[in-house]
Amino acid sequence: FAGAGGGGCPWCFSQVKGAIDEDVAEADIISTVEFNYSGDLLATGDKGGRVVIFQREQENKSRPHSRGEYNVYSTFQSHEPEFDYLKSLEIEEKINKIRWLPQQNAAHFLLSTNDKTIKLWKISERDKRAEGYNLKDEDGRLRDPFRITALRVHVAFPMDLMVEASPRRIFANAHTYHINSISVNSDHETYLSADDLRINLWHLEITDRSFNIVDIKPANMEELTEVITAAEFHPHQCNVFVYSSSKGTIRLCDMRSSALCDRHSKFFEEPEDPSSRSFFSEIISSISDVKFSHSGRYMMTRDYLSVKVWDLNMESRPVETHQVHEYLRSKLCSLYENDCIFDKFECCWNGSDSAIMTGSYNNFFRMFDRDTRRDVTLEASRESSKPRASLKPRKVCTGGKRRKDEISVDSLDFNKKILHTAWHPVDNVIAVAATNNLYIFQDKIN
Amino acid sequence: MAGGLGCDVCYWFVEDTQEKEGILPERAEEAKLKAKYPSLGQKPGGSDFLMKRLQKGQKYFDSGDYNMAKAKMKNKQLPSAGPDKNLVTGDHIPTPQDLPQRKSSLVTSKLAGGQVE
Repeated sequence: FAGAGGGGCPWCFSQVKGAIDEDVAEADIISTVEFNYSGDLLATGDKGGRVVIFQREQENKSRPHSRGEYNVYSTFQSHEPEFDYLKSLEIEEKINKIRWLPQQNAAHFLLSTNDKTIKLWKISERDKRAEGYNLKDEDGRLRDPFRITALRVHVAFPMDLMVEASPRRIFANAHTYHINSISVNSDHETYLSADDLRINLWHLEITDRSFNIVDIKPANMEELTEVITAAEFHPHQCNVFVYSSSKGTIRLCDMRSSALCDRHSKFFEEPEDPSSRSFFSEIISSISDVKFSHSGRYMMTRDYLSVKVWDLNMESRPVETHQVHEYLRSKLCSLYENDCIFDKFECCWNGSDSAIMTGSYNNFFRMFDRDTRRDVTLEASRESSKPRASLKPRKVCTGGKRRKDEISVDSLDFNKKILHTAWHPVDNVIAVAATNNLYIFQDKIN
Repeated sequence: MAGGLGCDVCYWFVEDTQEKEGILPERAEEAKLKAKYPSLGQKPGGSDFLMKRLQKGQKYFDSGDYNMAKAKMKNKQLPSAGPDKNLVTGDHIPTPQDLPQRKSSLVTSKLAGGQVE
């Protein structure tokens, strides 16, 4: 799939989910998007605390055009709004992150979290119903045991597929601050949850206990200089995890070295040119997302204006820096005033780690091909939503002379932010969340 | 103006045009911001800013203030909530009408209903 990232292979519109609303309800804003390990399931979470799971259609000779389409599989209310009366704290139901567990049996499991509580959900299918119970009638009423004179074996009848979601574990009361990340360990038994100042380690079976593995809360809160912004477990080494900070640094920790990983094993930071420091430097260096490559050799970080790829063996500087929207550097004043400078963009790798993707404003998203060094800007819009229509690359004009198909920086819609994107683990299929709509794009070959 | 550190005076001469263009926009933006808000502190990433982030969702309510305000307003119309509905300390006393709905509506997501293309 070389070239798919950077404009070699054209991307095509596949599907769009969600309503065309003039006034988008807050609850409908998508807050997280995640493919499962096989890519057959695609989960979204929203600000209203709801989870919607889409399933990829199998190849069907009678409907060839619908091959690879994602359709609704299950939907449920994951979290509800709460109020902590003891702390006078309003707890949003917004789903911050969804992470799938690797599939071990017929059922699917995922972790979903809001600011305070993580839940393990089991999604299972039921396509048979049983008739001929011994202890109850067909209508469900219990039979009088003394009236039962013979035993019978129940018979299973096929029924319309029912997909049920049930909460199997609720991991609560372990975070004083707001959870920003969850990450399932490669041991498939534990996972971590990170808030602004602490990271906890959980066992998937145990809800009444978790181990604190990172604590950066200073003794005196006046001395607070940075917060944890994201954390992730290494994809293969179950003892290794990383966490990023609001100061643009990443710390890699090894859980074998000590129970409390306050001292990092590796510290990644790009040296800053002191002469270029400004009021905005620290804010735009804050890392909003960190993701390991599938290989486990690299990690990628997203700050306000760029995506950086780091080699885990080199702490002194990233091996690649890709500009997402450098033209915003001369707009930082207004972006600070309208709070956009604090927007948290995510980033993702493709299955082979040859390309990376991240979102921008005006419903634009960017793809960087690491092999060919080419990049492309695409747009998620209803206008370019004809089935299998190729997406036309977009260009933002920074100088004075604007060409016909370019858009000037001042015309960008900063309310149309693409914060959440996901790449299928194997194929060239991407899911892009544009406020309340979910776009699915595929490459032309598919 | 640039340079900053005494031992790095040579930066002045090493800067090439390319670098200068990268530095100037950010500094120009900073000057714009300081002109608009002269009282803005030097350290944007400092304690105050981070504390505000950590306190997201904090909604304080003082029943004493509330009842005193209600008593004071007994003969007048209760003022409706100002533009900043989230401000529940200080001058604005929240009334039950001001508070946002706590319960979610349990309406199915439009991603699950709605248009499927």
